[in-house]
Amino acid sequence: MYPDNLRYTKEHEWVRVESGTGTIGITDHAQHELGDIVYVDLPKIGATIDQGKTIGSVESVKAVSDIYSPVSGEVVEINEMLTQSPEKLNEDPHGAAWLVKVRLTSPEEIKSLMSAADYQTYIGA
Amino acid sequence: MVDFGGWDMPVQYSSIIEEHHCVRRDVGLFDVSHMGEIDVRGPQALQLLESLTPNAVSKLKPGQAHYSALLYEHGGFVDDILVHKVADDHYFLCVNASNQDKDYEHIREHNRLDCEVEFSSPKYAQIAVQGPKSQLTLQKLTATDLAPIKYYHFADGEVCGVPARIARSGYTGEHGYEVYIAPASAEKIWNELMAAGQEYGIKPAGLGARNTLRLECAMALYGHEITASITPLEAGLGRMCKFDKGDFLGRQALLAQQEKGITRLLTGFEMTGRGIGRDGYETMIGGEIAGWVTSGGPSPTLNKNIGLCYLPVAHTQPGKTFQILIRNQPVDAVTRPIPFYKRAN
Repeated sequence: MYPDNLRYTKEHEWVRVESGTGTIGITDHAQHELGDIVYVDLPKIGATIDQGKTIGSVESVKAVSDIYSPVSGEVVEINEMLTQSPEKLNEDPHGAAWLVKVRLTSPEEIKSLMSAADYQTYIGA
Repeated sequence: MVDFGGWDMPVQYSSIIEEHHCVRRDVGLFDVSHMGEIDVRGPQALQLLESLTPNAVSKLKPGQAHYSALLYEHGGFVDDILVHKVADDHYFLCVNASNQDKDYEHIREHNRLDCEVEFSSPKYAQIAVQGPKSQLTLQKLTATDLAPIKYYHFADGEVCGVPARIARSGYTGEHGYEVYIAPASAEKIWNELMAAGQEYGIKPAGLGARNTLRLECAMALYGHEITASITPLEAGLGRMCKFDKGDFLGRQALLAQQEKGITRLLTGFEMTGRGIGRDGYETMIGGEIAGWVTSGGPSPTLNKNIGLCYLPVAHTQPGKTFQILIRNQPVDAVTRPIPFYKRAN
């Protein structure tokens, strides 16, 4: 359920790092807790983001939830598909429904995040 | 599960959107046992309720109910309630869970007519069967003929062989029933209803769907559209105030407000910009704060982001543009007539 090649936050985001670029998303646990997702607000390309700071929000029918960045960097790509089809976040949160891609400025931040095993313990899965 | 006035309530069983559509298209089952009940009995019961509620209780016939309120002297809401006339000397009130203690105290405090006021909530569980297939579902389990029970009427009978008060009412805008039963029988009746509705695609529905369904019908929710500092006139509920029936608590304040003219009015809106206006967000006109959103969210039936808000009266005709402050960004919205949804028949 929780891929080993992702790192996880206590606020239920994940990041996958490949050659200096981090892909950020929300976890399956997060989408399940939120329920039907109807709206996703993402940062603009070129925006500078900081680890632990809000970069956008995900809204379900019932509630709004902030997205906190697992890493610091510059936004290089956003997942445009989610503007039209936010419900994809309920279907494939660890895959096709990633949120943003970031050029990392502090790659060592990754070490502060949880492994898949630690995250599963954290959520009691 | 969320805590709702001390009750563990499911927000959703499967998906709010699926549960919502199930109620609009087929039938859904709600456990609304948290709702409060108060019985008022005695030869002066009518007189007491006439003095404490704005609607005309004397117009009710046995087996009939109406939507009304308990008001403070200043015209604000203690609660919104359903008043059922059981007999000439017996009325049954259904009140909001979170207000039930306050309501009971309010009635007792004003009970100068020596009526018997009973806090009956522990004696009742309530299951709401709502949707186009609700009658077919419930009829399988009761000998009471449901067809003659009109909207806002009720019958005392049996469901699954257990005494039940069957009311044709609801909070969804669909044909439906609210069934009051003893808590000990609730689980059995719930299970029997799920089995009876299986062929119609019945689903259990949670608080989330209950909220989206009532929002599409612009039905008020205490603590949102109506509060102690909002009057029925401001909430668009002037129709429940029968000023010619005689005095009732709050009447003088409401008449004074009516004469002076209200300044704010509950209004429907639809988001035209990107975003969802939610409860508590401020409304803006020309860069100035003009009111606030009382309830808002996506409408599964209309596939739009809708809501209810307070705006200055002059700005409440349908089609007026204004802004809602969403996380410090003004986002465009337009006033819309309410209800947003009305069923075909």
